[in-house]
Amino acid sequence: MLKELCELQGVSGDEGSVRDYLRSKIAKYAAEIIEDPYGNLIARKGKSQKPRIMLAAHMDEVGLMITGIEKKGLLKFQAIGIMPNVLLAKRVIIGKERVCGVIGHKPIHLAKDDELKQVPETKNLFIDVGASSREEAAKMIKVGDYATFDTEFRENGDLVCGKAFDNRIGCYILLQLIQKTDMPLCYAFTVQEEVGLRGAKIAAYRVKPDIALAIDTTSSGEWPTEKDIAQYPVIGKGPAITIADRSVVCDQKLVGILKETARYEKIPFQMKRPMVGGTDAGTMHLVGEGVRSAVIATPARYIHSPMAIASKKDIAAAIRLVECGIRKIMEKGELWA
Amino acid sequence: MGLIEDLCSIYGPAGREHVVRERIEKELKGICPEIHTDRLGNLIAHQPPASGKKNAEKIMLCAHMDEIGLIVTYIDKKGYLRFTSVGGVFPELALNQRVVFENGTVGIIGIEPKKDESKSKAGPKLDKMYIDIGAQDQKSAEKIVRLGDVAAFSQHAVWISKTRLSTKALDDRIGCYCLIETAKRAKKANNDIYFVFSVQEEVGLRGARTSAFAVAPQYALAVDVTDTGDTPEAHRMEVSLGKGVAIKVKDSAFLTNPHVKDKLVEYAKSMHIPYQLEVLEHGTTDAAVIQLVKEGVMSGVLSIPTRYIHSTNELCDLNDVEGAISLLEHVCKTGLS
Repeated sequence: MLKELCELQGVSGDEGSVRDYLRSKIAKYAAEIIEDPYGNLIARKGKSQKPRIMLAAHMDEVGLMITGIEKKGLLKFQAIGIMPNVLLAKRVIIGKERVCGVIGHKPIHLAKDDELKQVPETKNLFIDVGASSREEAAKMIKVGDYATFDTEFRENGDLVCGKAFDNRIGCYILLQLIQKTDMPLCYAFTVQEEVGLRGAKIAAYRVKPDIALAIDTTSSGEWPTEKDIAQYPVIGKGPAITIADRSVVCDQKLVGILKETARYEKIPFQMKRPMVGGTDAGTMHLVGEGVRSAVIATPARYIHSPMAIASKKDIAAAIRLVECGIRKIMEKGELWA
Repeated sequence: MGLIEDLCSIYGPAGREHVVRERIEKELKGICPEIHTDRLGNLIAHQPPASGKKNAEKIMLCAHMDEIGLIVTYIDKKGYLRFTSVGGVFPELALNQRVVFENGTVGIIGIEPKKDESKSKAGPKLDKMYIDIGAQDQKSAEKIVRLGDVAAFSQHAVWISKTRLSTKALDDRIGCYCLIETAKRAKKANNDIYFVFSVQEEVGLRGARTSAFAVAPQYALAVDVTDTGDTPEAHRMEVSLGKGVAIKVKDSAFLTNPHVKDKLVEYAKSMHIPYQLEVLEHGTTDAAVIQLVKEGVMSGVLSIPTRYIHSTNELCDLNDVEGAISLLEHVCKTGLS
């Protein structure tokens, strides 16, 4: 199921195929399913009760949008959330017709000395779909078409490798929970997180939760450093709990309960690096009169690129942490009055 | 110690405002009949109009409780703490300062020596700095401070002249002081007044948004500090220390409602309160989000001219503070219509 989710095309604003897939998988399990005007898929399981808890995972992934077709049939594009140095020489899939293209670059033989030392800016890159003229390209491609990396999902022991882990892993975790547990929750699969945490804001306004948890991924930092400053979190050591990031200071009671629960249930966990990144919790906690919010994120290497690596053990631990944490939150109902 | 000095000395970085909140709550008990803390931690104190008063205006006065601070990102093998900023910390002003954690642990900020002299033009950076808490190694450091713990700058309040006070966190405990004093003086006013002490202003005006949504006022005034242009070679700005409370016209994210601005000017003139008009080119305050809540709120800002903002030695003049309180008291009694 994770393989299927990750191989779907769903750049911000074009989450339809992910939404359709998810709807088909949750139809049997939800008491109510709403697709809101913005494209969020919101499912309620069980009876509404206090405190009302909402889980959010965003369906969208980072990707490209075609912005123009040049005379010779090369495509100009914009990238959102992707650095140019991971774009070069990658294969992409464009539009509903799944046209295959390659992000072109100057080979080493032709590059000048100064060009060898620099990464070109995204605005100077192009996608080559093998068309020889604007007219030929226009038969296959329209301005505004989305493109994603053409990456096959692979497994190797405990590790999985693929694209769109941010945040199909989160979607996968919510799917597992809605299918395999009986907890009365609102599950929100949100749109447009990567372009400004947008869908979650509207979903939270509709759901009006007392508590919201964003289930997302976080970049693991496993590269050598000279200094005695470890990079963390790392894959294989459990899901990461956020204290604060650029978008939210997580509710201290919730963070406390999640840590306490993980220790009690012997679920491995780690802390997320403070004050970097942002998630759906950033907009959810500011909705209405405010929502107590926290984030549980599965660490993954090399996210926002064609290829990321994550650990199946971490994903399983994240599912347990969310489930056990929510049961504990419900037990302590008086805290949220 | 007076109330201002006390308020400014308290620990309260963004997201960790509880000690400030408890102190303010203690001060307002018996003055405001309804006081509550909302989900995000905003303190909302309500003073209903004197009984029988019809057509009372619902007015929200807002000052933020939080100050800038630092968050621990890593504890190294020798027991030094690496950190990043919570809110707008100027690296050059952080260097060699004393900081304090919630549990009272004190630390000094140090910096790695520059290795490459050719690059010496660049200013100091936070990622080269560390907090020295006197620990011998990682283990002993981790017993007193944990990853994600938040520190505030530490400084005693000093009156450098009869009316001029220097301390940390005038931004915005001086605003909190103005609101507390106004509440004390404007008991049984004609209007429906909400004193809101907001959280997380320094990380994105967050608490003001949710509290304004809950209060849904007709008018709102934020009380915060503003820069001055009266020091040697200062950036040009027509605000001076000691020349009166500043009535904001605009800042980088906010245009004062012209009716509110005109009313404030009219009141200042009729009450013979010295005032200055303020145009702030960089920075903003809670009013910027309050004015956009729900159907919109007619909003303004009273600013306390302050030198050396976001340093440990911010400086303000009590005469300006008194002017602000008198003006706020008049607003509570007369309204803004």
